Amino acid sequence: MAERIDDEVQVVYKNPKPLFGIIKRRPKYDENGRLIYYKKKKLFKYNRVNRSFSGDLMMFAFLLIAGAFMAFPLVYAVSQSLKPLHELWLFPPNLIVKNPTFKNYIDLFNIMSNSLVPMSKYLFNTIFITLIGTIFRVISASMCAYPVSKRQFKGKNFIFQIVTLSLMFAAPAATIANYIIMANLGWIDTYYSILIPALGNSTAMYLVKQFIDQFPDSVLEAARIDGAGEFRIFWQILMPSIKPGWITLIVFAVQDFWNMGSSIFIYREELKTLAYALSQIAAAGIARAGVATAVSIVMMLVPVITFVITQSNILETMSTSGMKD
Amino acid sequence: MKNKVSSLSKKKKFENLDLIVFLGPFLITFFTFTVLPVFISLFISLTNFNMLETPDFVGLANYEKLFLNDETFTLAIQNTFILALITGPVSYIICFGLAWLINEVPAKPRAFLTLLFYAPSLSGGFGFVWQLLFSGDRYGYINGVLLNLGLITDPILFLKDPDYMWPVCIIIVLWQALGTTFLTFIAGLQTVDRSLYEAAAVDGIKNRWQELYFVTLPSMKGQLMFGAILNITGSFGIGGIITSIFGFPTTDYTLHTIMHHLDDYGGIRFEMGYACAIATLLFIISFVANKVIQFILGRIGK
Repeated sequence: MAERIDDEVQVVYKNPKPLFGIIKRRPKYDENGRLIYYKKKKLFKYNRVNRSFSGDLMMFAFLLIAGAFMAFPLVYAVSQSLKPLHELWLFPPNLIVKNPTFKNYIDLFNIMSNSLVPMSKYLFNTIFITLIGTIFRVISASMCAYPVSKRQFKGKNFIFQIVTLSLMFAAPAATIANYIIMANLGWIDTYYSILIPALGNSTAMYLVKQFIDQFPDSVLEAARIDGAGEFRIFWQILMPSIKPGWITLIVFAVQDFWNMGSSIFIYREELKTLAYALSQIAAAGIARAGVATAVSIVMMLVPVITFVITQSNILETMSTSGMKD
Repeated sequence: MKNKVSSLSKKKKFENLDLIVFLGPFLITFFTFTVLPVFISLFISLTNFNMLETPDFVGLANYEKLFLNDETFTLAIQNTFILALITGPVSYIICFGLAWLINEVPAKPRAFLTLLFYAPSLSGGFGFVWQLLFSGDRYGYINGVLLNLGLITDPILFLKDPDYMWPVCIIIVLWQALGTTFLTFIAGLQTVDRSLYEAAAVDGIKNRWQELYFVTLPSMKGQLMFGAILNITGSFGIGGIITSIFGFPTTDYTLHTIMHHLDDYGGIRFEMGYACAIATLLFIISFVANKVIQFILGRIGK
């Protein structure tokens, strides 16, 4: 149980805390009549103040149960995609597949290799859009957020207010107007219509600005005094420090672009995306029920991989600690 | 002295130059593809544009029709408000609560839990799982279980019977709620300075609840505000997820929202003037809701 510590070590709690507030532990004394001090026991072995064992335990249990509920449809979909046809329509249904098979995935692969426009073309389009779109969105938004957050110039508040306002406008509401603009620019049926608007994503700009706001001015000021130019400050000081911010942004952007199905600006078949092609395959109804589940799993792979890679990058970076005002 | 002044003003000019590089790409595209369309749709809302003929200016006729002559719209407003008032605050609290709890866990289990909770959003197209669960025949899993237990004798039409559609819809919306807002909170919590917590403990903060209110919440106000805006706009703009599970239109317009009404007129009937009037109204609603929330959030930790 609680570990006894020497007198000279700093004492965390004088009396043992009751466990769950019900079982009270009596204070113990050693042979000389001195109170024995207890160090607070912790579930997680890392340094956080103000955490109790029982609290951590309850929290972790709750998270696991809630997580299981959230992940259920996902697990179910994976299991569904591995089911052979006769098992798909079994009643009562099996939650977890009995005889797993990759037949659905092989079927999907076969259908894909028979399509009119080669599947590699769709794949290339999607990768191209995702890559360029994400880079455009993240860099342009961060570049704009930096001066709006940290520098003084006329119209700075105005810009921010307009960006905030635009977040409140439901995007689909402006579709018609956007089409008119694209048509006038002659960008219908080109990737400009997807990639150029990515430069001006107000959600991204707002998000990065919130992160830059938390960065201390004093560090920027010190860098300026040391003679660093604005671009250098931006790239080498600010961006590394707000990593959790733009990494989150990358997750959102990759998800958006990767899942982008049919766009109202794109009509030519050879410019369409993987999400569109796969949704066409899945749309064939009951006969392709198994393939449809395989499609949703395949489409999910890239966002999930991005998510895992990026999250493992922001864990414990804590680059700003000790640098606050 | 004079020399110094002129070099200063030169420097100022240079600063303005690099401002153009910093701000230019974003501002130009933002105004062209986000701000301009809003104004265009404001203008269209005052006309009777139908995509084929040149639009006529009709003044506020669209708005008049919207408020006085459109019973479906009244229903849509009512549904949207009920849905937003239930799912908005609840999903916001769930997002923050879970993000905060997850942040307490050490790095590796945290990454795993984050993935679990974020999975519904990563997996955009899992509506079919819900359809299987709530399907109206005896092959629907929930119906199957209830029938086997003998609790019901006839399968329940979860997705078609107005009595059951609301609860089912709320469950599904909340299930998918852990999206952008949730991930932003997770990231926000990670930028809160650890030394603040230690300082707070020295200053007499005793447990995680006090720590939450006095340290964590005030340090991530920016992310809280961002989440609030997205959540409000999102919950007033619910529509797509309902269509993907309940179909469109829903039985007796039970789950008909403003967004559905907008899609109906904009995407099916091509009455663009009318659709844009609906969009404008939706904008005003979420604007007012945002102002209220900003006022409330401004008081946290004070």
